[in-house]
Amino acid sequence: MSTLSSSAGAQPYASHSISLQLNGQSRQLDVLPWTTLLDLLREQLDLVGSKKGCDHGQCGACTVLLNGKRVNACLTLAVMCDGAELTTIEGLAQGDQLHPVQAAFIKHDAFQCGYCTPGQICSAVGLINEGRADSSADIKELMSGNLCRCGAYSNIRAAIEEVVEVQGGDRS
Amino acid sequence: MNPFTYAKPAGVDEAVRLAGPRSRFIAGGTNLLDLMKENVLQPEQLIDITGLPLREVEETAEGGVRIGALVSNADLAWHPLIEQRYPLLSQAILAGASPQLRNMASTGGNLLQRTRCYYFYDSKMPCNKRDPGTGCPAKDGLNRIHAILGASEQCVATHPSDMCVALAALAAVVHVQGPNGARTIEFADFHRLPADAPERDNQLADDELITAVELPAAGFTAHSQYLKIRDRASYAFALVSVAAALELDGETIRDARLALGGVAHKPWRDEAVERLLIGQPATAETFGKAADALLQDARGLQHNTFKIKLARRAIVRALSDAAKGEMQR
Repeated sequence: MSTLSSSAGAQPYASHSISLQLNGQSRQLDVLPWTTLLDLLREQLDLVGSKKGCDHGQCGACTVLLNGKRVNACLTLAVMCDGAELTTIEGLAQGDQLHPVQAAFIKHDAFQCGYCTPGQICSAVGLINEGRADSSADIKELMSGNLCRCGAYSNIRAAIEEVVEVQGGDRS
Repeated sequence: MNPFTYAKPAGVDEAVRLAGPRSRFIAGGTNLLDLMKENVLQPEQLIDITGLPLREVEETAEGGVRIGALVSNADLAWHPLIEQRYPLLSQAILAGASPQLRNMASTGGNLLQRTRCYYFYDSKMPCNKRDPGTGCPAKDGLNRIHAILGASEQCVATHPSDMCVALAALAAVVHVQGPNGARTIEFADFHRLPADAPERDNQLADDELITAVELPAAGFTAHSQYLKIRDRASYAFALVSVAAALELDGETIRDARLALGGVAHKPWRDEAVERLLIGQPATAETFGKAADALLQDARGLQHNTFKIKLARRAIVRALSDAAKGEMQR
């Protein structure tokens, strides 16, 4: 266990060992208590698909799937993820086979600059897992945690709608 | 964020023993970590309570429902017991935050959200809530989102929660545990008005942990409505919100609940106003009189006077929609 002394020198800050099932692989990692999941991914693991937009949980660009549920990685402490299963944008495709949401985003041209896209896609996968979107209006509301400053919203919604219809056709 | 130490207790007693004025409990972390990034809060220790056995939603012997403090906002809003028996609570939760944040945020943490006052968040500015005695720049500053009821010279902040407005209307009870044992706090008494101690949002002591929120049996299932008015269609804090619930006998009001969000330092519930509704016909005229009574002491600041008229109209609309019995989205 490594330590870092505080400025006062009195209190040592221990790093903590955590295990993660990250994109299908077991990882053993040492993290400091204040390292966010987003910083762990981007700075320590070079998984830079998850983006740091606002760093305050307002834009959704850092959205990842923690135990299958969409969360803001910027407001999650890595140390609290011990034992979790984590999927980032890098882990959605199966080899060269894109995830259906990724394929739908390409088909519907659901992005311009692309910065928000990894978060949008992870959020959409979370939305589909939740099984609560029964209409286009539901998708609009349930994607409100992901901002797109290029304004590609209509195409993003069309892409998600297509996957929701294909995968959950009985919900109409 | 400042450096801090991290502990993960396995039981409630251990968690409470670790707690103190320089530590904070963390569950969802959605508000706490945000405030730490802004240096508004700088705890020396975080106590991770996510390992505690507080995740159950269960029926009580009294016909109500007890919600464990760690149940996420999303799981609670979509829990069959809540959707079917307390639709007002489901609707209020789903009106707040984003799907991501609702997956993270806990029931207990929702009660402990801090105000979204710009000056509280800006650690370069004075703020009586953040740094007692430094003054309140909001009172004569940008105060469009601030309180119209129950404010003090020291603080004009509002409580940001939607869920808490429904919990106030439903007369929930908060279960807490401290070093000297467990106690319960009526929801109406849990949050406090700023008066001359705006640094205190609620009645909880530093070493007390919320363990559960309990709902009484009455869910006002047939006639309730949460109406949230905000600057954009989704994912914004309320300018004004209304939790309205009625029990009707034909056109006559047998019981009524009315709580407001976005207008005060706490969810605003006035039982005297609710009593005015009982026995009256469920008409817009009745609802207008109740709104006038509830707002009779409302005072606007430079930029938020619009909230008084807005609140009156929102009250009438929410109660009218509740009376119709078909939840409006």
